[in-house]
Amino acid sequence: MTELSMTVNGKTVTGKAEGRTLLVTFLREELKLTGTHVGCDTSQCGACQVHVNGQPVKSCTMFAAEAEGADVRTIEGMANADGSLSVIQQAFQDHHGLQCGFCTPGMVMTTAALLKENPKPTEAEVREYLEGNICRCTGYHNIVKSIMAASGQDVSAIAAE
Amino acid sequence: MPADGGIGASNKRREDVRFLTGKGRYTDDINLLGQTYVHFLRSDVAHGVLKSVDVAEAASMPGVVKIFTGEDFAEVGGVPCGWQVTDRFGEVMQEPRHPVIAHGKVRHVGEIIAAVVAESHAEARDAAEAIEVDIEDLPAVVDMRAALAEGSTKVHDDLTSNLCYDWGFVEENKEAVNAAFEAAAHVTTLELVNNRLVANPMEPRVAIGDYAPGTGDSTLYTTSQNPHVIRLLMGAFVLGIPEHKLRVVAPDVGGGFGTKIFHYAEEAFCTFAAKAVERPVKWVSSRSEAFISDAHGRDHVTKIELALDAENNFTALRTDTMANMGAYLSTFAPSVPTWLHGTLMAGNYKTPLIYVNVKAVFTNTVPVDAYRGAGRPEATYQLERVIDKAARELGVDPIALRRQNFITEFPYATPVAVEYDTGDYVATMDKLEELADLSGFEARRAEAAARGKLRGLGVNCYIEACGIAPSNLVGQLGARAGLYESATVRVNATGGVVVMTGSHSHGQGHETSFPQVIADMIGIAPDMVEIVHGDTANTPMGMGTYGSRSIAVGGSAMVRAAEKIINKAKKIAAHLMEAAEADIELKDGAFSVAGTDKSVAWGDVTLAAYVPHNYPLEDIEPGLEETAFYDPANFTYPSGAYACEVELDPETGHFTVEAFCAADDFGNIINPMIVDGQVHGGIAQGVGQSMLENCVYDSEGQLMSGSYMDYAMPRATDVPFFNVDHSCQTPCTHNPLGVKGCGEAGAIGSPPALVNAVVDALQRGGHDITHIDMPLSPSRVWQAMQG
Repeated sequence: MTELSMTVNGKTVTGKAEGRTLLVTFLREELKLTGTHVGCDTSQCGACQVHVNGQPVKSCTMFAAEAEGADVRTIEGMANADGSLSVIQQAFQDHHGLQCGFCTPGMVMTTAALLKENPKPTEAEVREYLEGNICRCTGYHNIVKSIMAASGQDVSAIAAE
Repeated sequence: MPADGGIGASNKRREDVRFLTGKGRYTDDINLLGQTYVHFLRSDVAHGVLKSVDVAEAASMPGVVKIFTGEDFAEVGGVPCGWQVTDRFGEVMQEPRHPVIAHGKVRHVGEIIAAVVAESHAEARDAAEAIEVDIEDLPAVVDMRAALAEGSTKVHDDLTSNLCYDWGFVEENKEAVNAAFEAAAHVTTLELVNNRLVANPMEPRVAIGDYAPGTGDSTLYTTSQNPHVIRLLMGAFVLGIPEHKLRVVAPDVGGGFGTKIFHYAEEAFCTFAAKAVERPVKWVSSRSEAFISDAHGRDHVTKIELALDAENNFTALRTDTMANMGAYLSTFAPSVPTWLHGTLMAGNYKTPLIYVNVKAVFTNTVPVDAYRGAGRPEATYQLERVIDKAARELGVDPIALRRQNFITEFPYATPVAVEYDTGDYVATMDKLEELADLSGFEARRAEAAARGKLRGLGVNCYIEACGIAPSNLVGQLGARAGLYESATVRVNATGGVVVMTGSHSHGQGHETSFPQVIADMIGIAPDMVEIVHGDTANTPMGMGTYGSRSIAVGGSAMVRAAEKIINKAKKIAAHLMEAAEADIELKDGAFSVAGTDKSVAWGDVTLAAYVPHNYPLEDIEPGLEETAFYDPANFTYPSGAYACEVELDPETGHFTVEAFCAADDFGNIINPMIVDGQVHGGIAQGVGQSMLENCVYDSEGQLMSGSYMDYAMPRATDVPFFNVDHSCQTPCTHNPLGVKGCGEAGAIGSPPALVNAVVDALQRGGHDITHIDMPLSPSRVWQAMQG
């Protein structure tokens, strides 16, 4: 066990981890930030997506020790400062972009990364960017719609509310 | 949209706020003081004699608390099956013991051989690797046809064969059906596979057992769609714990799709072990474990024959299916290929004679049970595929052939034992033709052809029986449970309402939609209503959520309880206004006396119920809390018509889904936004089944598709935006809300449309291809094109 220190959602935090401890395990079990989820063990599903030093990372692909000193952001740090839903989160609620909610934290983190890179993505670009995030509930229809709405695009023409 | 947020309003989901901010509370988010962790050592062979399990070295490893093997469960009950099918000769099915931990033999890859309980999960896993297991391999029984052959290796030595049951339905009609085939002008035959699937809710299963030595109470936290069912099955049949000493909690659950209905060995283990070690025991499934321990779905091999007369009227239908049960009978497994399948074989059509034969087969594979739609997708797929094939053989339009044979008068008693109360199949087909712009298809096809692509159009109809189910009926059919639902409506002194429901929400949005009903009934804002579910300690005995039953059965229970509340509140209001009870009206959250300007607010009445100073205590009790159990009079019968358009590259066999349209009749709708979302998700799962997903075993019983690296889950690029509509509404006639349920429709209705579309594209491209088995991967399509 070694003592690690990093910045998570703007706060400096410390905790213990074995060399083999994954970042997602450290976040969930040591820091009790359970919003980041584990949906697979092959880095396919994206439920564990976080940002490390501003880059989207599947936190099951990284050892906690590798994040020593890093700036980590998780779903718990995505709301506005006053606690209200951010534009992305609000768009997901407005357009029913989630059902069971399990993949949702990863979807929100991926969306934030996408919109930083590409503020006005096309439908095809959104779908392509979601390649590493699996949702079993929504059929992606309302996720894609939510993301396009979060980017400020008019989604009223997309079939069905 | 109603302005008041009641029935029919697309209210935004209140549960979203916690899910979007990382504040959901899923089972894996629960950690109890002093918790231990279990790692299961699972069989890596499909079939073998368990000669020894040596835990001596593992037991001395760091952090190990206790190791359990099959010996520890030899005196404990087996994991029970909740449905007993009677075969066509009047005999009950063969039902093997299903041990919590394997004892004597292992029967599928993934079966639990030993369980290590340790201080951390890493230590439990390390110690499990040190357990020495000696297994004498036996031949694996994988293929169903081989399993039924004379002299096959038996999965269970104590059963007479690998045949669980041979079911005929309706057995008395068999000869008449055969005679109709003899007399037919045309017979279309199709052999097909309904591919084996893994449900794959994104949240893997989790179980935490907890035991309180001071009281002797056990608690199980589990990822379940129906905590009361788990409490009953595990308490009564496995561990012998009476229900008043056992609490089951299913908090936020990350999707179910059927596979979280069932009672699993891991739940019983954690509950049992927590008592044995007097500490909480937590298990978190990895995705790899989920593939070899969650019940799988589908896996039917079918031959279907459709008889038509000279005018193309359907005269008879005959089907012959082998259904894989896997190595053991999961909770509802026997019901899926029988009562949830055979009763749907009439579909939307007035075929007068139907005979369904199903042979359920044991194999050395993971148990197979209900997956979204459960039996109804299998029925719909074969029926809608054979109709399409018949239309092509006869040279008639597939839609016209369907329309010609539609049931048009309701109620309609089918020859397969169910009575459809309402429906309008012409209306949903008309709507579909409009949604899918069928008249514009030829132009789209020509445009695609100019680019060298084959464009195809597939259409199908579906009917489902859901809102399951009348208890007395399912009891006759072999269910070992009732299928009512319950609700307690508790009105607080200041007028707020809490509904404690036996239904469970794991993505369906009950916390948002159920209050809309109460809001409408009383005339209060939906945010004055809270929904409590998922905990046997604070909800009445309920049967949970599956079979598209929540609003139809659970919602009806809630309405009945709310009606009792309103009746009592009217008595109180009558007393307060010194009026006759019969004259009291409730509207917009106020009670008034008909024909007068007298009124009292909802809150005045609720306060009086709890502060009964001026109150008819001689006639009614204080308080405002009522419970109702609702047992449906019939199934509900949602129906619809679906269309899929694909564009296929003849060079590679690769195709894309260009459009998917759904015209559904769900009866009345509570929250259209949520209903649309349910259909979207269902269609994506159907598209997954028909073009991507396949659960594959090799001849040794090894699972070849055991992770997301090799089991192709639908991704965002695999599907288009869907065009769904539920404006055709024929309300259910026998439940108070007139609702039918919408959760499974998309998964039931979509696979045949997609396959019909690909076959259409290929035939338009000059290929004489009448069928390709799902999933229609590019390689399968390409191979078919090569003849």
